[in-house]
Amino acid sequence: MHPALSIIAFTTLSGLGYGLAVMLGLGLLDPAAVATKIAWIAALAAIGGGLLSSTLHLGNPQRAWRAFSQWRSSWLSREGVMAVVTFVPLLMTAWACVIEGRQAVVPGLVGAVLSLCTVFCTAMIYASLKSVDAWHTRLTPACYLLFSLGGGAVAASFFAFCGGGNALWLPLVAIVALVGAWVVKRAWRQHLQATAPLSTPESATGLGAIGHVRLFERPHMTENYLTREMGFRIARKHAAKLWIIAMALGGVVPFVLFALLLAAGAQAGPGAALVAGLALASHVIGILAERWLFFAEARHAVMNYYGG
Amino acid sequence: MTSLPSLPTPKKLGLVIDLDVCVGCHACVVNCKEWNTGGYGSALSDQDPYGAEASGAWLNRVHSFEVVPDGGEVVGEAGEARIVHFPKSCLHCEDAPCVTVCPTGASYKRADDGIVLVDEDMCIGCGLCAWACPYGAREMDLAAGVMKKCTLCIDRIYNETFEEADRQPACVRTCPANARHFGDLADPQSAVSVMVAERGGIDLMPEQGTRPVNKYLPPRARKPLAASANAMPREDTDGATGLFAWLDRMLDRI
Repeated sequence: MHPALSIIAFTTLSGLGYGLAVMLGLGLLDPAAVATKIAWIAALAAIGGGLLSSTLHLGNPQRAWRAFSQWRSSWLSREGVMAVVTFVPLLMTAWACVIEGRQAVVPGLVGAVLSLCTVFCTAMIYASLKSVDAWHTRLTPACYLLFSLGGGAVAASFFAFCGGGNALWLPLVAIVALVGAWVVKRAWRQHLQATAPLSTPESATGLGAIGHVRLFERPHMTENYLTREMGFRIARKHAAKLWIIAMALGGVVPFVLFALLLAAGAQAGPGAALVAGLALASHVIGILAERWLFFAEARHAVMNYYGG
Repeated sequence: MTSLPSLPTPKKLGLVIDLDVCVGCHACVVNCKEWNTGGYGSALSDQDPYGAEASGAWLNRVHSFEVVPDGGEVVGEAGEARIVHFPKSCLHCEDAPCVTVCPTGASYKRADDGIVLVDEDMCIGCGLCAWACPYGAREMDLAAGVMKKCTLCIDRIYNETFEEADRQPACVRTCPANARHFGDLADPQSAVSVMVAERGGIDLMPEQGTRPVNKYLPPRARKPLAASANAMPREDTDGATGLFAWLDRMLDRI
């Protein structure tokens, strides 16, 4: 599948933003601290920026409002509805923190739950597609949710080390969430590599009863929308390297940096904040690589008609 | 509304494509593009049409496959592999995954005849329906930013200003080999249903659970090459009588 930059940016940013909103909504940071107020603004900016960037790949973005109508059947529509609904409690909780310096407990909890629901809807857009074997598994939403929580905990730890609150529990939560996320992600990738394709050139043409089927000629000499959209191969060449880079930057580096900070008994301060900031930046780059692979490694059934 | 019709549609209009007959001439592809670029919805645009990387939106494409039977030989161009030309367009599935994923309600399946259509005024061009379709039946029109697909020539088949013979999809009407047939696959007495029953019509990718309406008639069995070779007449004069026997004897003596 073609990894559209707007969608990679959207899923990474909004996943991180919603994860941070969960940590903030649960009240894991001190609502009176300046760093927590900045964290709220960052979370809302990441969510809003992600949602805006997702409209960039639309052919007719001026009609995007119509996407709120089909929540009965479409996960994409459900995601749009949930994103808007979630903004209400998140804005209420953010207002309470940023303006009044207090934790709005009930809106915070509601916002945290709805944030995870929105991430789940995003993941189900992919997981519901039977035409893409790699995505059509329950591990897909599990990965999206765990990466959102892991990223949110990493970001919240950074703000904790900036003076936003308890700098002991959040890095521990981040470490546990990162380990969980990458264990599940590894299972997801093993599923991708081990599963035989659901459809084959034989089943796609119905000619399997005669013998082995091989594409002889494409319909056109040049590429078309389908081969560009579903037949992306550039990243597959470097998939093994990119996977290691994603795991190292997205998991190992923040894990080690937080472990070091905890071992050193670091308190909030410029030095600790810098290290935690590095962990956050590394994690985001790692997740961008992971999302790139999520698309680039996924094969679409239609390519059976185009010779792989 | 992008939920599928709750009951089976009373009619299931669709195509039956005979893979034994198709010669791969692409006439259906060209006529489809010609008709649909001036008919329903926005024109079917091309990008860089006269350049090196010409591409565009097409609703029907002909692929060609090579099929090698088990144990079949492929010797140069004269092996047992056979070429099957394979026209492919929307199959108007009963469980159309492209319809239910649509976030706007632009994509829908008609409850009366089962045709799957896109309301282009509602389409935001997100491309999710093209991802959901395992057959590659939907292509984005990059000029209009909306999804294009086979309409089963809805502006021909119900067009009463046309002669009866022309009330067929453009691809069916133009096929010079008569490899394409249009009809109601819900009616077991229809010509297309009889054809499907007699020839063992097949679904493409049944494992995807889409229950396509369009059916494909598999190529008929073919004799292996060796069997054909045995039937070649041998060059001898055994059993010749009369004038030919006399000529045979005379020519042998010379």
